Amino acid sequence: MQVITVDNLRKAYGDVRAVDGVSFEIRPTEIFGMVGPNGAGKTTTIECLEGLRRPDSGKVHVLGLDPQRQGYELRQRIGVQLQEGSLPDRLRVGEAMEIFASFYQKPVQWRPLVELLGLADKFKAPFGKLSGGQKQRLLIGLALVNDPELVFLDELTTGLDPQARRAMWDMVKGIRDRGKTVFLTTHYMEEAEHLCDRLAIIDHGKIVALDSPQNLIAGLDAENRVVFSVKEKIDDAFFRKIPGVTRVGQSQDRVIIYGKGDGLLVRIVMALESGRIHFRDLRTEQPNLDDVFIALTGKEMRD
Amino acid sequence: MRGLGKLVLMQIKLYLREPAAIFFTVIFAPMLLVLFGAIYGNKPSPFFGGRGTIDISVPSYIALIIISVGFMGIPIATAANREAGVLRRFRTTPLRPAAYILANIAAYYLMTLAGVIVLVIVGKAGYGMRFSGNVLSCWLGFTLSALAFFALGYLVAGLAPTARIAQAVGMILAFPMMFLGGATIPMEVLPQSVRNFGRFIPSTYVVTLMRGLWSGESWAKHLTEAAILGGVLAVGMLLAARTFRWE
Ligand SMILES: Nc1ncnc2c1ncn2[C@@H]1O[C@H](COP(=O)(O)OP(=O)(O)OP(=O)(O)O)[C@@H](O)[C@H]1O
Ligand SMILES: [Mg+2]
Repeated sequence: MQVITVDNLRKAYGDVRAVDGVSFEIRPTEIFGMVGPNGAGKTTTIECLEGLRRPDSGKVHVLGLDPQRQGYELRQRIGVQLQEGSLPDRLRVGEAMEIFASFYQKPVQWRPLVELLGLADKFKAPFGKLSGGQKQRLLIGLALVNDPELVFLDELTTGLDPQARRAMWDMVKGIRDRGKTVFLTTHYMEEAEHLCDRLAIIDHGKIVALDSPQNLIAGLDAENRVVFSVKEKIDDAFFRKIPGVTRVGQSQDRVIIYGKGDGLLVRIVMALESGRIHFRDLRTEQPNLDDVFIALTGKEMRD
Repeated sequence: MRGLGKLVLMQIKLYLREPAAIFFTVIFAPMLLVLFGAIYGNKPSPFFGGRGTIDISVPSYIALIIISVGFMGIPIATAANREAGVLRRFRTTPLRPAAYILANIAAYYLMTLAGVIVLVIVGKAGYGMRFSGNVLSCWLGFTLSALAFFALGYLVAGLAPTARIAQAVGMILAFPMMFLGGATIPMEVLPQSVRNFGRFIPSTYVVTLMRGLWSGESWAKHLTEAAILGGVLAVGMLLAARTFRWE
């Protein structure tokens, strides 16, 4: 039994086809990510699953429930972090946790949760006076206050500094490790690669790829790059002879060699040694999800 | 039900932390009372049918408090919470939408009532306000008036596209209600033309009803006011429910 099944979901706003025939499944205890540029349809999709928006057509089942007709039962069992959600500015951290806990049949002990979120010393602080990261953490805390089986996180790290972002990643992994399922959206390929067990890439309301980050990258069949510096320019032909090398680029003292296959780096280093060529600053660059995105959509992720 | 009580308490706490709301609900009207009390005292005057300035001001100012909550407090807070995404956040929980709105109305009602009680205490303790009505009857009149104006407040919030517009429209409606219907300046003092205009604004009926009940008149004498305010409540509620938006 899948946690979520979506079959041919469509939702338009006037002429804008925000979600244009999307189908996917989410399995128990996985972190499922949806990544795509601004306006790709991530929020529309996630909010159709939460029951906040009504799909134009298509079948949606979340924890075996219909979000439109069984919203009350569903809301007891899910946790939601909205992209555009907020609390009254004058509501304090402790009060927010308490009031939200009171809405559920089976709330957790929320005090330890506040500590886990690193907000123990902000217990009496009003929401409006929290920093962006603290607000975000509180909103995630509210999404966990009913010990949900399934957690929706819409752009949880947008606007956070790198350190806060990493802390957030650990939190999300913690949620999964406690046996929950997570559906998150993000703009950041790095985040998707680091966090998600499986990933859907969405553009213009359509899923253009769906797999684990590793498989997406491997499926790209892209070239690795080996980059290093040399003292004097060397003829390209010297490198082209090395098995697996597909292209060579040189500019001033930098050499970039493109190629495929596992032993590429070893063969290049051996060739340099045997040719008695001195090199420095050698590193390899693997293709990443950004390359996958560019290959699939023909454009940069962040424009 | 327990959850509802908690929610009402939360709304009241938030209200108490809003200085502007507190000012217009519990300070402004008693302040006016002290001001006019200092100038005119509370001596019986034939001008007010044998009553003093304070005697007629207290029931009139009840309308003032109701107007400020209905046309300033409710539209601004409702539209601002909608705009900030607070309403959506509550919508993602199992809390029934009706329960959220009910708790909100209850909190506004209790705060308005608290304002009225402070006003009455100041009138009584400071100026020996005379009261010859029936408490239950006055409370009913107050409740009818307050709920009718709250419905209009939610309607303004529902119709206004943004919080700023809700605020502007609320103000534009609140000022004539405050000053042209006898809520602040007694009707006896207003020129005839203004009094004629007053028939078109609902606050006039709140003032007439409350002043009447305060002086011991029966509901039978105020069927017009009761019918108009009841109508405003019914139609206002219907339209408010239709225009209410969570986002
Ligand atoms: N309530 C709405 N009314 C009208 N159009 C909308 C509404 N919500 C979204 N849209 C449009 O639908 C499209 C998809 O929006 P959506 O918010 O789902 O994208 P997103 O992938 O979440 O984008 P972002 O990364 O910016 O959050 C956009 O073109 C957007 O302008
Ligand atoms: Mg979005």
